[in-house]
Amino acid sequence: MVEYSALALLKNAFTGNRDWKQAWRKPEPKPAYDVVVIGGGGHGLATAYYLAKEHGITNVAVIEKGWLGSGNIGRNTTIVRSNYLLPDSIRFYDFSVRLWENLSHELNYNVMFSQRGVLNLAHSPGQADEYIRRGNAMRHEGGDGVWLSRDEIARKVPGVDLSPNARFPVVGGLLQPRAGTARHDAVAWGYARAADRHGVDIVENCEVTGFLREGDIITGVTTTRGEIRAKKIALAVAGNTSRLLQMAGIDRFPIESHVLQAFVSESIKPLVNCVVTFGGGHLYMSQSDKGGLVFGGDLDGYNSYAQRGNLPLVEEVMSEMTAMFPAVARLRLLRSWGGVMDMSMDGSPIITKGPLPGMYLNSGWCYGGFKATPASGFSFAWTIAKGEPHKTNAPFTLSRFERGNVIDEKGQGPTPKLH
Amino acid sequence: MLIPCPHCGPREVSEFSYQGDATRTCPELTSTDVKAWYDYVYNRPNPAGPHREYWQHSGGCRAHLIVTRDTRTHEIHDVAFARAALNRAGEQA
Ligand SMILES: Cc1cc2nc3c(=O)[nH]c(=O)nc-3n(C[C@H](O)[C@H](O)[C@H](O)COP(=O)(O)OP(=O)(O)OC[C@H]3O[C@@H](n4cnc5c(N)ncnc54)[C@H](O)[C@@H]3O)c2cc1C
Ligand SMILES: [Zn+2]
Repeated sequence: MVEYSALALLKNAFTGNRDWKQAWRKPEPKPAYDVVVIGGGGHGLATAYYLAKEHGITNVAVIEKGWLGSGNIGRNTTIVRSNYLLPDSIRFYDFSVRLWENLSHELNYNVMFSQRGVLNLAHSPGQADEYIRRGNAMRHEGGDGVWLSRDEIARKVPGVDLSPNARFPVVGGLLQPRAGTARHDAVAWGYARAADRHGVDIVENCEVTGFLREGDIITGVTTTRGEIRAKKIALAVAGNTSRLLQMAGIDRFPIESHVLQAFVSESIKPLVNCVVTFGGGHLYMSQSDKGGLVFGGDLDGYNSYAQRGNLPLVEEVMSEMTAMFPAVARLRLLRSWGGVMDMSMDGSPIITKGPLPGMYLNSGWCYGGFKATPASGFSFAWTIAKGEPHKTNAPFTLSRFERGNVIDEKGQGPTPKLH
Repeated sequence: MLIPCPHCGPREVSEFSYQGDATRTCPELTSTDVKAWYDYVYNRPNPAGPHREYWQHSGGCRAHLIVTRDTRTHEIHDVAFARAALNRAGEQA
């Protein structure tokens, strides 16, 4: 049943927009649940939804310290893609893209998933080889990697500086046509509403301050709104993972928290019809449906729990923007902001049972957890319900670091800076 | 963000390069203790609060520093030359 329609808009306009049905309830937390999910970001909400929908587990609470969507789910640059090299990554992220393709129908909520394509520009023969290899790996797994020549790029994205004497001349690019963007807030709201309709309690403004335990087993949480017990406690707190684990007595973990900034310009007429990334540095950019250019670059580069960044990075990102699209040099920025990200030591996530009995963990999303939201929620819910991983998240263990089984796309070795 | 270099005084953060957590201790190079290596290579305390970390004043005097900085506010509590700080720690140990 459609809840929003042109007719409903019209009707509510006449009554001062006072009679809209609440998208989700504001319940008081109950003393106990089957599952408590900590973190009302995209992953926590998606997990609760799939627990209810796929496994019939509806006695679930999502505990969020702020308002729903106040974390990285509402702060990202909304890029969705599965253009990876390693089979484990391709399978997981491609599964996610397939879930995205049906998500608006699934949730009965328009998440504005737009498969406008992601184009990675290559600036040297070596980089071209690397991208073509990645495209071939994608095709090998049944995905869609397409190599574009400079002329094809000129036709597709007229604004890009393709002159041979550019500082980083473009030699070609890898396009993933099924990749694209989505409306990040709508993803949080859509999952929240769908989970709520299945009976999940979404408890906002409720901060987890500690864990209840019987012996080694985690049996509940203490919060700013009282104690809540649960058979299973699932963490999906992104950049705050180490903080939560410290409350449970785990004081060392293969994650660092770093700040990533994003930017949006004033609205302009259509300039780019896909996501474009700059390989001469690290920059990704798309144009929102409202016309603003949405873009971001590297981490600020040092551990941070401040949800805002510093100026040197702003300067760097702007200089990359003007190197790639000289025409935007005189555009004004509307806003910039930052989010605290869970940077794992191999650039890949951790979705697993543990590390303590009674606990389940979803973390390590680095630069790119938004695109993973549906697959992360689906596979995490599976892991929680069945006590063992879904085939898509089985490689993303915590023990892989100790076993030397890392999923390091870049082949760069351990560093909390990978994307 | 300004980092007060003991040689050069307060300088813009862009003159420095970051080298991460300074509380890690490397096992003896001949050690075959896999757990100790795993812990050194991968694990971090990642505190929300004061963090001891290496910076190099790479765009200035090139000294290696150990800075204690609050990761929530970027307030800097302490800066010392890395060599001196490490020697002190060695004497205490
Ligand atoms: C600037 C920026 C750009 C990005 N761009 C992209 C992109 O283009 N594509 C992409 O795929 N990914 C991108 N990402 C990454 C992506 O946004 C994150 O990986 C993803 O949103 C993390 O999962 P989440 O949505 O569950 O996190 P969050 O929304 O951060 O959810 C975690 C929640 O846990 C809550 N929490 C924390 N501590 C507690 C506590 N003690 N008690 C209760 N609740 C607590 C927080 O308040 C928060 O709401 C970007 C991130 C940033 C910051
Ligand atoms: Zn100096």
